Amino acid sequence: MAELAEAGHAVVEHGVAEQTVQDYIQHHLSYLTYGRHADGSWGMAHDAVEAAEMGFMSIHVDTMGWSLFLGAGFLLFFRYIGLKATTDTPSGMQNFVEMIFEFVDARVGEGFDGKNPLIAPLALTIFVWILLMNTMDIIPVDLFSILLGFIGFEHAPFKIVPTTDPNITMGMSLSVFVLIIYYSIKNKGLGGFLAELAFHPFGKWMMPFNLIIEVPTLLAKPISLGLRLFGNLYAGELLFLLIAALLGAVQLPAHFIWAVFHLLVIPLQAFVFMMLTIVYLNAAHQTSHDH
Amino acid sequence: MDINLTIFGQMFAFAIFVWFCNNKVWPLFANILEERKVKIADGLEAAARSIKDLELAQAKSTGQLKEAKVEAAGIIDLANKRGSQIVDEAKEQAREEGKRIIAGAQAEIEQEVNRAKETLRAQVSAIAIAGAEKILESSIDQAANEDMLNKLASEL
Repeated sequence: MAELAEAGHAVVEHGVAEQTVQDYIQHHLSYLTYGRHADGSWGMAHDAVEAAEMGFMSIHVDTMGWSLFLGAGFLLFFRYIGLKATTDTPSGMQNFVEMIFEFVDARVGEGFDGKNPLIAPLALTIFVWILLMNTMDIIPVDLFSILLGFIGFEHAPFKIVPTTDPNITMGMSLSVFVLIIYYSIKNKGLGGFLAELAFHPFGKWMMPFNLIIEVPTLLAKPISLGLRLFGNLYAGELLFLLIAALLGAVQLPAHFIWAVFHLLVIPLQAFVFMMLTIVYLNAAHQTSHDH
Repeated sequence: MDINLTIFGQMFAFAIFVWFCNNKVWPLFANILEERKVKIADGLEAAARSIKDLELAQAKSTGQLKEAKVEAAGIIDLANKRGSQIVDEAKEQAREEGKRIIAGAQAEIEQEVNRAKETLRAQVSAIAIAGAEKILESSIDQAANEDMLNKLASEL
């Protein structure tokens, strides 16, 4: 993977060699990985093979870093705005933040019937955080490769869109899943929660059948939640890469068109993730079943 | 799909961020929006109240204006009455003064006339005596003719 970025540019310039197109795309789909080497020592992976050998005991420094940076950045920014906010007519940034706040609050008000003060902040965190992570997709794919080139790391893989990493999206959806289980048991009792899986929808005499339906339904929630976001953003990123690698000189208009289209996907996927979280947690708070 | 420790990193970050948002971000805006709601409700109420106040004040001022007009009309009436009274009094005084002046003048004239008559009478009697003396060329007994002379003088 030594000549990856170079290869990518070569493709853009000459439009030849199938292998280099693959390399270019492969490079941009690889992660900057830190983990345990095969010999047991910890350190950065120097190429994709080494990263793959690390297996589970590794961490994607690039996507994790951007994820933390964007999450912490938005929360600290919101807090900064909130601390100097006034009850008078809001202006500028305060207005903007309040708009997002009220948007999320309204969605929670519509979608969540129970009384749980955690749901709204949870929804706000999810929405803004994912929105920001998705928005990284708009930044040109090679920009950071070029910037890293200035400090001598032009060959290092560096992924800047956290939501194209399944670890990030599944990490969030699993967190939501943990909350679903927690609130289900808290509100319905362990018995109530299990009864919902076993005696529903066909009554207790059909218990095995019910379990076959309900357990996958339950497990499908976090998986579909995480993979939907990952799939959308991964596909979007991949298309940008293909445009960059294959279209050569005419790539700019193509980039523009896809970016405009992607501008719809970015907030939509953040919104969908938030709404489904609200809906799932609402179901977890429903104590009486009448459907 | 290379699932690795990143997934736990993300879950941990998620928990921390949700906690932070719930405790340090959400309440700030919830409070501000709540406060603003109260403030706006108060403002609207105050506006409604002030409209009512304005109506009351207008009614009050209209009443006061009416009262003031009536009062002013009364004062003007009184002043007019008083004015004509003063004029009448002045006229009366002037008339009396005039009468008095006229009476005084007449009395003076009468006095003057009387004085003139007296003087004239005295002079006439003297002239008469002097004339008679001239005529008689002799002295007439003053006392004997006193009565006759007085009668003559009073006839003048």
